[in-house]
Amino acid sequence: MPGLKDVKNKINGITKTAQITKTMYMVASAKLRSAQKKMEDFRPYTAKFTDVMRELSHGGDSDAGALPLMEEREVKTVEILVITSDRGLAGSFNSNIIRTTERLRRQYEAEGKKVSIVSVGKKASRYFRKTGLQRAHFNDIMAAFQMFNARDIAQSVTSAFLSGEVDKVDIVYGKFYSMAIQKPEVEALLPIKPVTVELGETAETAAGPAGAYSFEPDSNELMTGLLPLFLNVQVYHALLEVGASEQAARMTAMDNATKACKDMIKELTQLYNKARQAAVTNELLDIVGGAEALKG
Amino acid sequence: MAQIHLEIVTPGGPVVSEDVDVVTAPGSGGEFGVLANHAPFLTTIKPGTLSYKKDRDTTHLMVSGGFVEVSNNRATFLVESSEFGTAIDVERALQAKERAERRLVQAAQGDEHISRIRAEAALHRALARIQTAQRTKL
Repeated sequence: MPGLKDVKNKINGITKTAQITKTMYMVASAKLRSAQKKMEDFRPYTAKFTDVMRELSHGGDSDAGALPLMEEREVKTVEILVITSDRGLAGSFNSNIIRTTERLRRQYEAEGKKVSIVSVGKKASRYFRKTGLQRAHFNDIMAAFQMFNARDIAQSVTSAFLSGEVDKVDIVYGKFYSMAIQKPEVEALLPIKPVTVELGETAETAAGPAGAYSFEPDSNELMTGLLPLFLNVQVYHALLEVGASEQAARMTAMDNATKACKDMIKELTQLYNKARQAAVTNELLDIVGGAEALKG
Repeated sequence: MAQIHLEIVTPGGPVVSEDVDVVTAPGSGGEFGVLANHAPFLTTIKPGTLSYKKDRDTTHLMVSGGFVEVSNNRATFLVESSEFGTAIDVERALQAKERAERRLVQAAQGDEHISRIRAEAALHRALARIQTAQRTKL
C-alpha cells in the first residue's frame, strides 16, 4: 500500500493538471467562437464569388481550357498543400491530417508521380521537413489569419504550377463539420476545374439574370483576373476551416482530459481514505493491545 | 431620384449595404459610374477610390483589388479589403508607400528576398489609401 503522503501529492498534482486542461478548454471555446464568426463573415463573400464564377463559366464564350490556370497537363509531379495548426494538444486533429497526406503521397508515388509538399502550420512543417519533400512552409499564420496570408500561399503554389514545376496541386486540410466532427479533407486546387466552384456551404443555385451580362474586358480576360483571386478565396477558406476545427478538436481533447483527471482524483481519493483508515485502525490496535498487556 | 442598391463585401464581412444615387469605381478599364437600373455588368476592380453619392452627400472608400457585379439594380463589389476615407491613417499609408518604393528599388537591384509583385501590390494599396484620404478631405 502506498504511503499516505505519496497519494496526497499525486492528488494535488492531478488537481492542478485538471485546472490547466479546464482553462485550455475555456480558452479554446472562446477562440472557436471568434473563428466561427470569421467563417460566418466570410460566407457572403464566397457565396457571391461562386455565383459570379458560375455566371462567367456559363455565360460568355470563354474558352476555359486556354487559360493557364485551368490547363490540364499530363500529371508527372504533384504538389500537396497541407494545412495544420501551429499548436498541439488538439487530440488527433493534426496527426489525422498528416496521416491523410501521407496516404495521398504514397498513392501518388505508387502511380510513379513525383510529390512535393507545401506545409502550412508548424505541425505539418515539422513533420515534412524530415521527409525532404518540403518545397516551402508557412508558420505562425493561424493565430490571426488574414487574406494576405492566403494570398502568399496561393501565389507560391500558383507560380510552381505556372512554371511547369508541378502539374497538379491538391490541398489537405481539417474541415469543420460540427463541434464533434472534424475530418481531413482532400480537394483538388489546380488546375482549376471549369465549374467546380462549390465552396463550402454555398451550394444554393444562382438566381441572377440568365447570362445577359456585359463583360469588361471580355470574359476570358476577366477569368484571367479572377482565377488567382478564386485561389486566394479557396486557400483562405481552408485556413478558416482549419482554424475552427483546431479549436473544436482542442475543446474535445481538453474536455476528455479534464474528465480523466476527475476520474483519477476520485480513485486516488478512495485509495487515500482507505490508507488513512488503515493507519487509524493500526494505531488503535496498538493502543488497545498495549492497554491489554498492562492489565494482564 | 431612382436609386441603386450598393453592397461592398470583403472576406471580413459586408462593409456597406445601402441604397445610393450613384457609384463611381476604379475599374480595370478605367473609372466608371453606375446609376440606377444599369444593365447587367461584370468587371474587375483595381485598387483605388470608390465613391458613392446619396442625398447630396458623397462618401469615399478605399478599395483594393476585386470585382463588381451589377444586376437587378444591385451593385455588388467583392474586394479584398475596403476602408472608409475617414478611417484612413494617412501617416501610415505614407510610410507604407515609402517602404514599398524602397522594396521595389531593392527588388530591381536583384535582391531575391523581395517579391516585386508583393511590393507593387503594397504600393498600389498605399496609393489608393492616400488618394482616398485626399478626396475625403476635399
